[in-house]
Amino acid sequence: MATETLKAPDGAGNPTQKTPYVGVRHKVSSHISQNEGLIFEKSSPGKKAYRLSQLDVPEVDARALLGDSLREDLGLLPEVSEIEIVRHFTRLSTWNYAIDLGMYPLGSCTMKYNPRVNEFVARLAGIAEAHPYQPEALSQGAMRIMWTLQECLKEITGMDAITLQPAAGAHGEFTGILLVRAYHASKGNPRSKILIPDSAHGTNPATAAICGYQVQNLKSNSRGMVDLAELEQLVDEETAALMLTNPSTIGVFESEIHKIADVLHAKGALLYMDGANMNALVGKTRPGDFGADVMHLNLHKTFSTPHGGGGPGSGPVCCKKILERFLPTPVLVEKPDGTLTFDYDNPQSVGRVRMFYGNYGMFVRALAYILANGPDGLRQTTEDAVLNANYVRAKLEDVYELPYKTPTLHEVVFSDRRQARNGVKTGDIAKRLIDYGFHPYTTSFPMIVSGALMIEPTESESKEELDQFIDAMRQIAREAEENRDVVLGAPWETRVSRMDETAAARKPVLRWKPEPTASGAETDALVPASPAQEY
Amino acid sequence: MRYLPKSPADRAAMLAEIGAASIDELFSTIPSEYRLARDLNIPRQMGEQEIVEFFRKAAEQNADGYASFLGAGAYRHYRPVVIDALAQRGEFLTSYTPYQAEISQGTLQAIFEFQTMICEMTGMEIANASMYDGSTGSAEAVMMAARVTGRSDIVVANTVHPEYREVLTTYAQHQGLLKRIVGYGADGRVDLAELEAAVTDQTACVLIQSPNFFGVIEDVAAIAELAHSKGALLIVSIAEALSLGIVRPPAEADIVSMEAQSLGVPLGYGGPYCGVMASKEKFVRQMPGRLTGATVDKQGRRGFVLTLSTREQHIRREKATSNICTNQALVALMTCIYLTIYGRSGMRELAQQNLAKAHYAAHTLAATPGSKLLFAKSPRFNEFVLSTAEAPATVNAQLLSQKIVGGLPLAQWYPELPNASLWCVTEQNSREQIDAAAGVLAAKKAPALAYA
Repeated sequence: MATETLKAPDGAGNPTQKTPYVGVRHKVSSHISQNEGLIFEKSSPGKKAYRLSQLDVPEVDARALLGDSLREDLGLLPEVSEIEIVRHFTRLSTWNYAIDLGMYPLGSCTMKYNPRVNEFVARLAGIAEAHPYQPEALSQGAMRIMWTLQECLKEITGMDAITLQPAAGAHGEFTGILLVRAYHASKGNPRSKILIPDSAHGTNPATAAICGYQVQNLKSNSRGMVDLAELEQLVDEETAALMLTNPSTIGVFESEIHKIADVLHAKGALLYMDGANMNALVGKTRPGDFGADVMHLNLHKTFSTPHGGGGPGSGPVCCKKILERFLPTPVLVEKPDGTLTFDYDNPQSVGRVRMFYGNYGMFVRALAYILANGPDGLRQTTEDAVLNANYVRAKLEDVYELPYKTPTLHEVVFSDRRQARNGVKTGDIAKRLIDYGFHPYTTSFPMIVSGALMIEPTESESKEELDQFIDAMRQIAREAEENRDVVLGAPWETRVSRMDETAAARKPVLRWKPEPTASGAETDALVPASPAQEY
Repeated sequence: MRYLPKSPADRAAMLAEIGAASIDELFSTIPSEYRLARDLNIPRQMGEQEIVEFFRKAAEQNADGYASFLGAGAYRHYRPVVIDALAQRGEFLTSYTPYQAEISQGTLQAIFEFQTMICEMTGMEIANASMYDGSTGSAEAVMMAARVTGRSDIVVANTVHPEYREVLTTYAQHQGLLKRIVGYGADGRVDLAELEAAVTDQTACVLIQSPNFFGVIEDVAAIAELAHSKGALLIVSIAEALSLGIVRPPAEADIVSMEAQSLGVPLGYGGPYCGVMASKEKFVRQMPGRLTGATVDKQGRRGFVLTLSTREQHIRREKATSNICTNQALVALMTCIYLTIYGRSGMRELAQQNLAKAHYAAHTLAATPGSKLLFAKSPRFNEFVLSTAEAPATVNAQLLSQKIVGGLPLAQWYPELPNASLWCVTEQNSREQIDAAAGVLAAKKAPALAYA
């Protein structure tokens, strides 16, 4: 790859380029965005963005103390001033779309409002500066926050026991399946397979594999739901559990959930519920009541902790009494005097899944969200999330094909079948949505729908924002018929458009390096790393 | 409810458009016997002021206002205010994983810069976009080494953080991995003779930590040679990332698994932190987690994308390199900003201050009657093991009465060190605090003993 092709962006598109619209874009206008290079390209020796406190102990001779272990220099770490740092990251931030800018209807991701009071309370000094090993007597406040959150989440899910230790949803799945395994092992046979519907998230089969289980696929029926007859055929004494997302990834509640649980339980297998879609259920129904034995929650979905560009998350696991003794250590317990303590003495535990107690800062934020809502607010939140998804469904089902007519809860999945006849695919519609000022929905998932458009508006959208989204989607449907090139070439008004992903994967450039020149001096340019030898 | 942007009239209008008579009609697929007919039994809805008061009260019950000498995997370092000012921008805070590159270039470029800085810090050729934390990152590194070598024996130093080792045990148990533990010598470093005996031509990897759990810097080059002579990979875990400001990076390692909490991430009672994995480039296709790469768009403009995703669960499902999906992106951004603020010269200066403070503290505390610095001749960064005349529990109780949180007692993990505790001294500890702690140890009030 030639370095000259890696020139810096020259601004938002070509100003002379026409990007016609069949109607009016209500939500956005184009505006100037700042160019900004890599921080390394701004570095110059001697610039500083720090000043340390005066050292109040004698200086030491690092070479004498460290000998061969002394580091000579810090290579290419940048040297820049504070104002440059503020501008650098502020400029970068303006290149992102975010919930704070508008609707972010990624199906299965629950991109809801992230309340600012959550951020505020998580940064209170006594919380933000608490060391995980400080004495329990001096941690009662921190532990009480965990305890209160645990009690709330157990009540919300209808479960008996909980661990907050898993760091994200997939980590929660891992923990939950370890509980399943420990349970079966305690009965003499850990069993060998996990059933997973074809509509499941990729994390489900990946989790089963790292827990040492074989994955057995379960086909969905014509309504996008678990096929009970097929389930009955597949479940046997080697089935450890069914991992089921409910409502499913097409937003459908498994109305025969209790029968599914019965089929599993009759063979001694357990029902694992992937709680990714819990935003459809909170305050309306409880997994513990309808037969789930173990489940994880995503605090960064249902309970409003920020996604932060991909993390951190938090994936508490709730379970029934039969699995409690296998929970990761330590377990938080309340002593008779009302104080809290961590119990490390749990010989049947599956072990630790993460150091310390989990992504604690997310517990604080999730609890702040629960307190802000109360029982009435949580129920109204769920109702609004379901109302929004059904409103989008009702307003778009005449222009986009609805492959499953089954009533849906918090999300709706269309297919691009009608637009695809004209060569316009779900990925193209998604990219065109960017020009209308919205983040795309989830594309091409779940895999049981060909060319899926998976839309989850969440409760955080007003009717006005939804109407603008619906309007944009309808305009794009018309464009697909009348002027498909504007869809196929989209997005037109972003800083960059349709990245060359093939080149990125073929010759990965995963870090910046100064390019050596013939004279031996270094220039600031991206150079491709040497081709990776495959393993 | 103040987060919900709808009036009753909006709701009624929307229900009418849908053609539903009531909101409950939309939930009709949930069998009625499972529908909750009561309020959840959780605290009532609170106003913002009540929420803040609730958490203020909880915060006051923690060790706020105490001097602390705790480290052991969670480090007290000053966080420049610019970090939160920038990381709290809504465009970073409230965006998702940057799958849509056109409207995620901010996050993508920041990750690319983060990956570059981690490579520079660790001496590795590539780094990923983050792992959950140092403990799970080490376990993932071990699983990666097993895939690369096709072997299943793993050798682990018992000077790796005990909780990292516990997490590794949890992960390894169903991977068919056989774990051998190697002890430490009188110098607090990995016992090389024991290591040599443990490493065989069936060994996938050797996992060490440096600086290790005792704060002692390992002889990475010697351990690497030993591992490599049997075809095993060397994984170096780093819990105190700031050490790399002055300690030579473990360039001889094949994989480095680092906890970057030291670099601008609040202690926050144990999380969220920022694991990151770095390695030699040839292992890139066995690397777990997300990777950001540079490329160009259709007009030739530079930009960044998530790449090599065929390693990941959303493509490969049960054959993926890991089940990880959500990572620690926002925390990685904090780390990236931190490394930018201190940069090439500041990281060195700050590390040098830690070295000086810890050196002063080690000698001041060891000079108190009955106290002794263990592994005294080995190179260290900002932690050290102190043996005291009385049990650490007794010593710490005396310190607590003076609003000082003393070192972490080690006997729970190392019963052979009954009176030892692990002390960490950073730029956040003043000489006054160190002298006050020494005063308690000497069972008399300050002034402390003369500095040796």
